[in-house]
Amino acid sequence: MRVGLVCPYTWDVPGGVQQHVRDLAEALIASGHHVSVITPADDDAPLPSYVVPAGRAVPVPYNGSVARLAFGFLSASRVRRWIRDGKFDVLHVHEPAAPSLGVLACWAADGPIVATFHASYEKSRAVTVAAPILQSAMEKITGRIAVSEAARTTLVEHLGGDAVLIPNGVATDRYAMAEPLPGWPGRSGRTDDTALTHLRGGGALGFLGRMDEPRKGLQVLLKAFEIIGRQRPELRLLLAGPGDADEMCAKVSPELRGRIVALGLVSDEDKVRAYHSVDVFVAPNLGGESFGIVLAEAMSAGAPILASDIEAFRRVLQDGRAGALFPVGDAAALAAAAGELLDDPARRKQLSAEARTAVRAYDWSTVARAVVRVYETVAVDRGAGVVESRPLG
Amino acid sequence: MMPDWLFDILLVAGVLFVVGMYISWRASRLDRLHARVDTARAALDAALVRRAAIALELAASRLLDPATSLLLAAAAHEARTADADGREFAESDLSRALRAVVEQPDFRDNVAQREDGANLLDELESAAQKVAFARRFYNDATATIRTARRKLLVRLLPLAGNATLPEFFEIDDDPPASSR
Repeated sequence: MRVGLVCPYTWDVPGGVQQHVRDLAEALIASGHHVSVITPADDDAPLPSYVVPAGRAVPVPYNGSVARLAFGFLSASRVRRWIRDGKFDVLHVHEPAAPSLGVLACWAADGPIVATFHASYEKSRAVTVAAPILQSAMEKITGRIAVSEAARTTLVEHLGGDAVLIPNGVATDRYAMAEPLPGWPGRSGRTDDTALTHLRGGGALGFLGRMDEPRKGLQVLLKAFEIIGRQRPELRLLLAGPGDADEMCAKVSPELRGRIVALGLVSDEDKVRAYHSVDVFVAPNLGGESFGIVLAEAMSAGAPILASDIEAFRRVLQDGRAGALFPVGDAAALAAAAGELLDDPARRKQLSAEARTAVRAYDWSTVARAVVRVYETVAVDRGAGVVESRPLG
Repeated sequence: MMPDWLFDILLVAGVLFVVGMYISWRASRLDRLHARVDTARAALDAALVRRAAIALELAASRLLDPATSLLLAAAAHEARTADADGREFAESDLSRALRAVVEQPDFRDNVAQREDGANLLDELESAAQKVAFARRFYNDATATIRTARRKLLVRLLPLAGNATLPEFFEIDDDPPASSR
């Protein structure tokens, strides 16, 4: 199929929507589809070959923060030309309610249009006020996708209508292999390696997430470390993620503090290495997770996982087959379960292998297949693809 | 200086023109919405027919035991031959039959081992998911046009022409649980 993807935010600034569009585009190309992406970007910006720049994005206040968006006559005419030249079977617009390329593309095109809604927020005046302006564009969309239940609720509340749910994918390949961080034992990332069966340097537990967000449950893990850290004088704890780690660690007894290393916010590359540096990855979340992207990343890296028994994690971990579960918020149970895992190399090895298998269901290739099914559903009439609309249609 | 009566006439003509433009815009919007519903309905019908066809193919494939084959064939046949009134029930029954069959212990592994089995399972999974997608899109389009047709102007003037008001299509379309 010939697919035209519209990304509303600047390509070179990191963000969830941009990452989604990039991963989707690459997964579609890998399965043999023709893909072109239009995005706000300078003409001389370094872009992959499948990306078409629509002009420089302007930072403007939008919906409570500053977003870099592209709008105006220049962008509109570039979008129009891209649609005319693209001869797409289906047009796929991301975040069409943002005042950027998405809404311009809906105006400029007729035919099968799919839209993906990413954002979720509380009832917003700005978007409700905009609803009548967006009406014409929204009514052209033939298939809507929401990336989460929260995004779907946001769509229903602000703009009306419904959407199918296709969650974000994980680029599992990106996490599969990495060297451990310097000074950390690591499992060397290979399931068949003896590194997985022998604890080096007393072993290490890992955590990744916002440090000062109680729902991420770091305080539970630290309390458990008070117990297990005393039983195992060489065990270390690796923490990564934004937030004030010092404040959290101040609650830990001084004699244990030296064995806790907080990396703070890490680069994508170091994040992967962190997953490969620990013997057990702990996800002590107290709730509020719809999916647990961190868990899926750790699974992709083949880390043996110990997670709290919340519904989302239970589902991803297949009722404990692909990762051990402990009662939510129970530090003593966490400590006991972590101890069992550290003492049982065979079980760690098995959990690691099961996790790598289970996470494939969340891989981008699987997600892209569902998205292609949406394309095939809206573009039943092959050949009657996307055409340029009449200027005042 | 323009006489008063001429000014009045021009004013009335101007107002009529603007009102006419507005009504024409509303009518073309309705037209567009009807076209969208028609396309969505065609997609839904295509998805349902395809799903029934694959269920029949699976039933006839000799991959299954005879009791399962019979069950699937009967449900698929009912879905294909149901009249407008019974369609929603028959399609829901097919969804339930498919779940009952595919969610049997070790069903997927058994079928996937045989020749063409894995392909058929993939196609079935795809067809079932497309039914769910197509129905959501159709009901979404239906809701939009039903709201638009409730507006006062549309009820007073025959803007919608003879187009029938589309009905929602309500079925149980949960696909069989994925093994992964």
